[in-house]
Amino acid sequence: MKAFAELYSRLDATTSSNAKLSAMRDYFASVPAEDAAWAVYFLAGGRPRQLVPTRLLREQAMTLGDLPEWLFEESYQAVGDLAETLSLLLPEAVHSSDQGLAVWLEEKLLPLRGLPPEELAERLPTFWAQLDRISLMVCIKLITGSFRVGVSKLLVTRALAALADIDSKRVAQRLVGYTDLSNRPTAEGFQKLIAPESEDEHAQRGGQPYPFFLAHALQQPVDQFENLLGPVDNWQVEWKWDGIRAQLVKRDGRLWIWSRGEELVTDRFPELHSLVQNLPDGTVIDGEIVVWKAPEPAAPEGKAFELKDQATDQAAPSVQPFALLQQRIGRKTLGKKILEEVPVVLLAYDLLEWQGHDWRSRPQQERRTQLDALIESCQSPVLLPSPVVSGSDWLDLSQQREASRSLGVEGMMLKAKDALYGVGRTKDMGVWWKWKVDPFSVDAVLIYAQRGHGRRASLYSDYTFAVWDGPPESSQRTLVPFAKAYSGLTDEEMRKVDAIVRKTTVEKFGPVSSVTPTLVFELGFEGIALSKRHKSGIAVRFPRMLRWRQDKSVAEADSLSTLQDLLG
Amino acid sequence: MDLVIARPEGLYCPPGDFYIDPWRPVERSVITHGHGDHARTGNEHYLAAAPGEGILRSRLGQDINLQTLEYGETLLHHGVKLSLHPAGHVLGSAQVRLEYKGEVWVASGDYKVEPDGTCAPFEPVRCHTFITESTFGLPIYQWQPQSKIFAGINDWWRANAAAGKASVLFAYSFGKAQRILHGIDPQIGPILVHGAVEPLNRVYRAAGVRIPETLYAGDFKKTDPALRQALILAPPSAGGSSWMKRFGEFSDAFASGWMMLRGTRRRRGVDRGFVLSDHADWPGLLWAIEQTGAERVMVTHGSVAVLVRYLRERGLDAQGFVTEYGDEDDASAAEVQPDEVQLGKNNEGQA
Repeated sequence: MKAFAELYSRLDATTSSNAKLSAMRDYFASVPAEDAAWAVYFLAGGRPRQLVPTRLLREQAMTLGDLPEWLFEESYQAVGDLAETLSLLLPEAVHSSDQGLAVWLEEKLLPLRGLPPEELAERLPTFWAQLDRISLMVCIKLITGSFRVGVSKLLVTRALAALADIDSKRVAQRLVGYTDLSNRPTAEGFQKLIAPESEDEHAQRGGQPYPFFLAHALQQPVDQFENLLGPVDNWQVEWKWDGIRAQLVKRDGRLWIWSRGEELVTDRFPELHSLVQNLPDGTVIDGEIVVWKAPEPAAPEGKAFELKDQATDQAAPSVQPFALLQQRIGRKTLGKKILEEVPVVLLAYDLLEWQGHDWRSRPQQERRTQLDALIESCQSPVLLPSPVVSGSDWLDLSQQREASRSLGVEGMMLKAKDALYGVGRTKDMGVWWKWKVDPFSVDAVLIYAQRGHGRRASLYSDYTFAVWDGPPESSQRTLVPFAKAYSGLTDEEMRKVDAIVRKTTVEKFGPVSSVTPTLVFELGFEGIALSKRHKSGIAVRFPRMLRWRQDKSVAEADSLSTLQDLLG
Repeated sequence: MDLVIARPEGLYCPPGDFYIDPWRPVERSVITHGHGDHARTGNEHYLAAAPGEGILRSRLGQDINLQTLEYGETLLHHGVKLSLHPAGHVLGSAQVRLEYKGEVWVASGDYKVEPDGTCAPFEPVRCHTFITESTFGLPIYQWQPQSKIFAGINDWWRANAAAGKASVLFAYSFGKAQRILHGIDPQIGPILVHGAVEPLNRVYRAAGVRIPETLYAGDFKKTDPALRQALILAPPSAGGSSWMKRFGEFSDAFASGWMMLRGTRRRRGVDRGFVLSDHADWPGLLWAIEQTGAERVMVTHGSVAVLVRYLRERGLDAQGFVTEYGDEDDASAAEVQPDEVQLGKNNEGQA
């Protein structure tokens, strides 16, 4: 644990990629393979389910440190990180364990899951006594599943590639699915990650997907496109769907579905399982899972009952808001009702493997032609092509793009026709651009603030925003909260807001402070939907602060009716 | 009767008709120590501990009307018996003991309980009412012995020197900087200081505190190989300024009690945080309060609400005092010039 904690400290202490790479290389090269295997798992974002309930950890710290609960909470609020708080409040150990990460996980931590509280209360202090402060904090982060350190998966990939002296794209391929819950890190697994490249590697990969190719944001004005991107004819243009990016893998008579987070989500989408019959072995499709159905017809006025068999009147099925998809993402079991009400399809836009061959280094256009032929031959209602949009020039496309909101899409995707399929956010093999429509925006008032976590611990950085429930001329109107946001401000602005929050606090409810409304921000968000769970009756997606409207008074902020207009 | 009350001008002693560390100009002031939030200009009379004279004159002006007392020496003023006792915070820092009609009050100013070798160590003074600071008044703040921290600084410096990198250490220029200079191993390489630090080094040296040889950082050219081995001590406000450019490749660190928390260290954006404070940690505060034997405790600047509640739950008569004292190296405060007055950023919870 000590060596891993040291790695954590080194990674945490720097923002330089090179320093992080050398910290990882040093660690991988100096510890046994079984420890390295677990380190890769955690660094690449792997999280085992929570091993010990958080409540129990808190209670233990209070008992061992002889602290009343309120004092523990005050401490937690000041630190902004539970594992760190616990590590500061538990008595510090004199001696620190030299046992490796694998021993700690396999023999000590993983067996904790499901133990009765009495048993945990006995075992945990014996662990704490073996860990110095940093090791203790890291260990608790592993236990609670909150381990995070500023390392991207790409950086881990590069460190391993440098260690093994092989191409990092190969390592990325091997690393796909490594952090899925079904995979248990082992010394052997680690050796495979860094093994020399071999001929039969491609054949041996079972249900493994390919690393996803990711798009870059395009924010320049359209009159620069010709200069920037060249003629429109060189580009394949599609709508940008608001769904779940997924790869569908069909090999050896089986079907796997992977999400962009490289999580195996096959079970989450039973309606796609029929594709196992339609697709030939050795096929990998990239696309977006979306809810696809006819929109609910509005109840005709004056009629108490709706006739069930009006299918002929119904609009054609189309993509539905992400909010609907969200309803089924979190569910443990998918009942018949939800499958009927929220049916999904795969809108396919790329073909990565065909007849067992890796097609990623073929041009976009060729992949797309083959994909269209494949979809055509499948004739499946759950596998649809993501249509290619055509336009005479960039201006024409930008006019078509204005329909994005009404079509339920986020904008357009631009893919160079000769681009290969890259790895992650690379640009060396071709580029994908996402050309999103501007976010919705309203001017809202800051009414609650909460202290942040991590780098923003003890700074008021998380805010709740409200709009008026009536027009300016109404004397009775009040502010109704509708969104929380914590990104978009510079550090400098956040410090200023923090100071104002402290000065204008009216009341404290635990970590939340209510303030005298004085601050107006322009909030941006991607989607808006009706919601029964929110006081305002409205839920917005990805809210963030676009700018601080220091030029606007609280009375000039928008009202609920502005939001209702955006609902369309 | 209350020997000290809070007034808009500062903490006031009614029978003696003087203020302790006033934040607005008054006729008569008793100054606990020379940090900007406690010692301000504009008072007609100053009274302070003798070892702090050099500091006060260098910061407030050579011509201030200053009277000094040795630690333990007493003075009678309007029937109030007044004496000053070491607070262990910085050179010349003092607790103010007031005795009037058998009632004893002690105002601590800022204090730390670990002896550091650069100033007279904290001495507990028995009293009925103790006025304590609470800068680090949460149990998450527990310091390691300073020898461990200095060993950490030495190791960091040595490793940087071996890698050919300058070591830039940010520390408050009065007190913290001299404590570090006194504690580190001067054999590792040359020690350079910022212009804000050197005048205070001179005062400390004149007071007989061992401060190793220091060079003025501004005299070095970027190409000077000595920089690659050097430790450079600078006030926090120098961070990110053009002054830093002369050091080429460097590793930076910040020495402050706030570095206890990962979040504050990351916000600072330095490579290393050394947890070194001139204030008492949580166990230090509780120990000091207990040692005074006081039944009544008045809590000033810091985690006022927390410490008050905690002491009350332990059966003491505790209450908060609203003051304008801050903390000289509050890492969450916006950048300020080292010698500017810093108002409390950390006063939340005061009531």
